[in-house]
Amino acid sequence: MSVADIQIEKDLHHDGHDDHHEQSFISKYIFSTDHKTIAKQFLITGIFWALIGGGLSVIFRLQLGFPDMELYWLKPLLGKWITAEGKIDSEFYLALVTMHGTIMVFFVLTAGLSGTFANFLIPLQIGARDMASGFMNMLSYWFFFVSGVIMFISFFLETGPASGGWTVYPPLSALPQAIQGSGAGMTMWLVSMVFFIASTLLGGINYITTIINMRTEGMSFTRLPLTVWALFLTAILGLLSFPVLVAAALLLVFDRSFGTSFYLSDIYIGGEALPHIGGSPILYQHLFWFLGHPEVYIVILPALGITSEIISTNSRKPIFGYRAMIGSMLAIGFLSFIVWAHHMFVTGLNPFLGSIFMFLTLIIAVPSAVKAFNYITTLWRGNIKFTTAMLFSIGLVSFFISGGLTGIFLGNSALDINLHDTYFVVAHFHLVMGSAAFFGMLAGVYHWFPKMFGRMMDERLGSIHFWLTFVGVYLVFFPLHYIGIAGFPRRYYSFTSFDAFQTFTDLNSFVSIAAALTFFAQFIFLFNFFYSIFAGRKASLNPWKSNTLEWTTPRLPGHGNWPGAIPKVFRWAYDYSKPGAKDDFIPQTVPLSETPESNLPNEVEEAKAEAKK
Amino acid sequence: MERHAEIPLGSVRVRSVNPKKFAMWLFIITVAMLFAALTSAYLVKQSEGNWPEIVFPSLFNTTSVIIVLSSISLHFAYIAAKRNNLLQIRAGLAVTSLLAIAFLIGQYMSWGQLISQDVFFVGHPAGSFIYVFTGLHAVHLIGGVIFLAIVLYNAFNYKVHSKSLNQLEMCVTYWHFLGGLWLYLYLFLVLNN
Repeated sequence: MSVADIQIEKDLHHDGHDDHHEQSFISKYIFSTDHKTIAKQFLITGIFWALIGGGLSVIFRLQLGFPDMELYWLKPLLGKWITAEGKIDSEFYLALVTMHGTIMVFFVLTAGLSGTFANFLIPLQIGARDMASGFMNMLSYWFFFVSGVIMFISFFLETGPASGGWTVYPPLSALPQAIQGSGAGMTMWLVSMVFFIASTLLGGINYITTIINMRTEGMSFTRLPLTVWALFLTAILGLLSFPVLVAAALLLVFDRSFGTSFYLSDIYIGGEALPHIGGSPILYQHLFWFLGHPEVYIVILPALGITSEIISTNSRKPIFGYRAMIGSMLAIGFLSFIVWAHHMFVTGLNPFLGSIFMFLTLIIAVPSAVKAFNYITTLWRGNIKFTTAMLFSIGLVSFFISGGLTGIFLGNSALDINLHDTYFVVAHFHLVMGSAAFFGMLAGVYHWFPKMFGRMMDERLGSIHFWLTFVGVYLVFFPLHYIGIAGFPRRYYSFTSFDAFQTFTDLNSFVSIAAALTFFAQFIFLFNFFYSIFAGRKASLNPWKSNTLEWTTPRLPGHGNWPGAIPKVFRWAYDYSKPGAKDDFIPQTVPLSETPESNLPNEVEEAKAEAKK
Repeated sequence: MERHAEIPLGSVRVRSVNPKKFAMWLFIITVAMLFAALTSAYLVKQSEGNWPEIVFPSLFNTTSVIIVLSSISLHFAYIAAKRNNLLQIRAGLAVTSLLAIAFLIGQYMSWGQLISQDVFFVGHPAGSFIYVFTGLHAVHLIGGVIFLAIVLYNAFNYKVHSKSLNQLEMCVTYWHFLGGLWLYLYLFLVLNN
């Protein structure tokens, strides 16, 4: 019986790939099944979408910061969406914020972040030749690509792209009569999301299967790097929550295109009653936020995992509280499924239920604080190397704390009556989720660039990029808290028409300038990234003196990752500055029996057992 | 079972679960979540009141019996495969496929029964939900039928036997899941009406 199974395993492990056969350009770079190429495809597509998403935000910040500005110069780009008076069309403004949100949350911070680092790091860090199914992995990327193409095309529709907000609440999104964007643009949004979800699920199934089934010898769960733990839990969250979005979107499709009434009831347009009866728009919100809240953690967990790895490596210290880090991620993952109604405090939710959801929401502060403290205590008295990746990781910790604190305000069901849907919310999630996850992604790119492309990125440009972005993000989002507390609602086209908000004109202009500068600072990164791919300094095998397995591969790992046998693992990933050791790092592949000088009392027995083998 | 043991063999090791089977289970979880979401939505919607009572098509009883029978016949094929009885494998798979198609036809006809009592897809959500449950279940079942057809094709090419059971086992798992899913949906509807 075992004979048949071993053949299957060989199949999966690509053990016959040591003889490197030449692949055609198409199978090597386009329809590749190699996890490293797919990761790069995700990364570059993610960067493309980040530019579009960021660009959109600069355009609508122009409207908010300089409502009197004449924008004729944008006409070549936006065409008829610039009105005869030189203003952004007010409905197109809604499309801008909608697409900014959709692109950033799904395409950049879900696909661009998880897609890149799960694909790249999982096989390399657990010691596998490739993903469990390279074909499914390839499909995952191409579904994402198709989803992006559909979303991109929707920009060029006569009626414009979807514009009901990234949450696409019905009835606004369900009725084409409501706004232009709820016509064909919304249909394409939904189709695009179907492909996107398929991509995420294909990827997620692969990540989980690979991590559980294909770890190398000795790589127990308690020796896994925290990046892999984070990506593992992210994939599980996605697997459980995205099908719920399918359900929500499916019912919305039926309402829009087939005339059912799941979300619609008693609606009058122009005095005429619509035939829909018996539906409830709140139902959509329940379904959407059951995905929507875990989605927030799908975005942030990989960034936290990357940060754990980078902070530990560059502090030259073991991560503080390895098990507490895993425990807190498990707790965050679990809690994320039972807090969704805190997005719905003002929908007429039963106040008693509201207080339960408030309580559950506030509990999330505990595991989050555990993580923040563990980062700080890892840094404490470390021999810190301020690489660019490290700077971005520390930046992430800063945003995670300052943005997380306002979450405690917003989680309060009474305060939320005042703060709901104001710029306070915008400031909160842009710091804690948006910028933090974005910094995690940048940190990851700077840190693993040498492994991806075999060359180093320029550290000086990296530092400049960091400081401009870090200061810029705070200049943009800190003032928004004040505007929000003053009660200004998000997604409004113009605030100068309300007397109460006139005083914030200067502050809004300031935010817009900061946003534009921060956006343009990203071009430093782009230059650095693409220039270094081709002309960067060649990287050494282990430039950051890191312990994890990916640094035991050749400078440019081929198909199958390790030319010889897969390395075995003998210790956890965080043996940095171990007392007694001659170097300040001991890679995971070094057996305990070779390091008697630094073994801890509990490791001595293990070392003896190892030596006997 | 020795197949599930950990076998070190040079750099190749056999893990406790076959990755493809494991991925299959994960896929089943996503489908389960999809229907969990829809049935929860049903409950939330129903709790808001104004919920018309609907008489479920009597055909649902028949199709429930059919899908249970199809699970039994598929299990019969599985046992035959373990004993290398090629004829019985093919017979079992063929009967299962026929029952599956009968189930789909039955579900389609049950929609006719719904329409005859003026419950349409477009209308009050109480009725629409029944169409969504049965329709979406049927879509997954069609996927299962295609899977069955592939296994049947392989069975005729002597590729399904006691030393090559993985594909059949995955098919059996998925099929039992779909059967269980239908029984859950039907029971759910009956209990909440």
